[in-house]
Amino acid sequence: MPTEIEKRDTYYESIIKQGYSRRDFLKFSTYMAAFMGLESTMVGQIAESLEKTPRIPIIWEHYQECTCCSESFIRSNHPIVADIILDKISLDYTLTLMAASGHQAEAAKKAVMDKYKGEYILCVEGSIPLGDDGNYCCIAGKSAKETFLEAAAGAKAIIAWGSCASNGCVQAAKPNPTGATPIHKIVKNKPIIRVPGCPPIGEVMAGVIMHVVAFGRLPQLDRLGRPKAFYGKRVHDTCYRRPYYDAGLFAETFDDQNSKNGYCLYKVGCKGPMTYNSCGTIKWNNGVSYPIQSGHGCIGCSEENFWDNGPFYERTTKIPGFAVESNADTVGKVAAGVIVGGIALHAVGATISKRKELSDNIKRAKSNEKNIDL
Amino acid sequence: METRNFKRVFVWELPVRIFHWVNVLCVIVLSLSGFLIANPPALISSAEATNLHSFGIVRFIHFAAAYIFFFNMILRVYWSFVGNKFASWRAFWPFSKKTWSNFKHVLKIDVLLFNEKVHDEKNISIGHNSVAILSYLLLFIVALVSVFTGFALYADTANWWLPKLFAWVTPLFGGDFMVRSIHHIAMWVFILFTLVHVYLVFYHDWLEGRGEVSSMFGGYKFVQEDRLRKAAKAEEAEEKSNKYK
Ligand code: HEM
Ligand code: SF4
Ligand code: SF4
Repeated sequence: MPTEIEKRDTYYESIIKQGYSRRDFLKFSTYMAAFMGLESTMVGQIAESLEKTPRIPIIWEHYQECTCCSESFIRSNHPIVADIILDKISLDYTLTLMAASGHQAEAAKKAVMDKYKGEYILCVEGSIPLGDDGNYCCIAGKSAKETFLEAAAGAKAIIAWGSCASNGCVQAAKPNPTGATPIHKIVKNKPIIRVPGCPPIGEVMAGVIMHVVAFGRLPQLDRLGRPKAFYGKRVHDTCYRRPYYDAGLFAETFDDQNSKNGYCLYKVGCKGPMTYNSCGTIKWNNGVSYPIQSGHGCIGCSEENFWDNGPFYERTTKIPGFAVESNADTVGKVAAGVIVGGIALHAVGATISKRKELSDNIKRAKSNEKNIDL
Repeated sequence: METRNFKRVFVWELPVRIFHWVNVLCVIVLSLSGFLIANPPALISSAEATNLHSFGIVRFIHFAAAYIFFFNMILRVYWSFVGNKFASWRAFWPFSKKTWSNFKHVLKIDVLLFNEKVHDEKNISIGHNSVAILSYLLLFIVALVSVFTGFALYADTANWWLPKLFAWVTPLFGGDFMVRSIHHIAMWVFILFTLVHVYLVFYHDWLEGRGEVSSMFGGYKFVQEDRLRKAAKAEEAEEKSNKYK
């Protein structure tokens, strides 16, 4: 096995072969260091590592998804990123982008899985339906669950792209008819990096995958298995509208003067305060903007159950576990009303039921009053 | 007609009373600021954000009150180990036979409002009654829920280690959304509890005339004299036996 790996090109070699200059390569390394949230002194290490490390094979599976993760990824900032990763980092199998198809494609995947057992990285886009024996999503005659387990068995690590693979996303929204399941609930014995978002930011995806290939190990993950460098802060914590939030200046509707002034979108339903993502810093479309900058609140796309977390354009507290749009404050007010009514009834009931005790008390107290020695 | 002889008994020690009122203040401040955080009012102001920090102040008040609430709670727990028998954790132990028979009694007489055939003064609790005990235990758990979810929300923006201790709570619920909802709902439990609690205090004061309301100010309640003697004797005996132990 090792000899075979040595025969493979290193990343640097494949980049140069692709027609890029060394200068481009170094720029690329710098970008990657920045995306990974590393210090500039780490650029050298990344470059060196890319020069020495043979490329790692990658299998990229698509299950129940819309391919927005792939779309986002190929738009990541530096052209070299997509080029390198898609062409050169060796996407050995990805059914949406590879030239081969049908039996050929499946054979290629099988070959990679056998040859690089325990070494390849498995990227998963999409959730896996477990309902009805997994028949809702089949590829090449096999259910998603079956292909996933097969590919996962020999993987060194798994990357769960997007909210589908990480959290289930829209397919898993109630009532989840297909039994869509995020992958960490299916495979437990492999390191899994969750990169939620619908889609995740292209640069984040590049940063994660580069970390894995450049350093040969997983980036630092938080308790939910997300890379800390990108999911360590809430959108709210890095939002440029935050000063308006702290000032208490909010847009009340999307077309009022406050909204034109660029005030905070909290009251029109911004979910930034609960959403961990890099939108406020890395932004979208090559750093052009992000939803809040374009006047729309965050919808919390990178959070668990984001389709079931209540309305996008309101700030309310849903009662968890209730399918109906139940607002906690409404329920609270009704409960308080019921209790106050109950108290009134109880007080009346007590006056009636305890009338003897009460009148005895009063009599006693009155006779005492008469006996006061002035 | 017999006139009842009441004796003044010291029930709530000063630390218990301080705890109670600090707790009341904190819950009021936390709930009001919490409502504002959940649903900020429209601000009529033309000031620049630079010169305004109103929402930041509301949040600051909420967090400051939360710390006081939390430390106050810890002090109360401490006092349940060193305080008198009405403050002791033993008074809150729900699994004794006495607690359950008293529970049935209170349920029948004070909640469902039946009348006793024979009045047994022993059924009147000097400290908390058993139903109250259960409600305080429930409230204690809800307070913990508030503290755990509140500090979990706070942890990521805090610099201090204490809030960070609660960072593990968020992943349990998948993310901030659920934590925040639970936090919000817990506030409603406090509000509903308070309604019932305050009413029942008035109810007992009105019916039993033992100074239930004022007891949380002065610390005294009034207890039937004959009951006290028996209790005093028992206590004396206990003290003696303790001495020889
Ligand atoms: C009786 C105790 C408490 C009550 C009634 C209470 C109430 C509330 C309410 C209603 C909210 C708004 C939730 C929403 O947005 O829907 C809130 C937010 C919050 N509370 Fe509390 N809270 C209590 C204790 C605490 C404690 C002990 C902490 C710990 C530091 C805390 C920290 C927070 C934080 C961090 C937020 C979110 C604020 C933000 O995202 O801007 N709370 N609280
Ligand atoms: S717009 Fe959203 S993320 Fe930005 S400060 Fe307001 S609530 Fe926070
Ligand atoms: S701003 Fe919020 S909803 Fe929009 S992409 Fe970022 S995390 Fe997703």
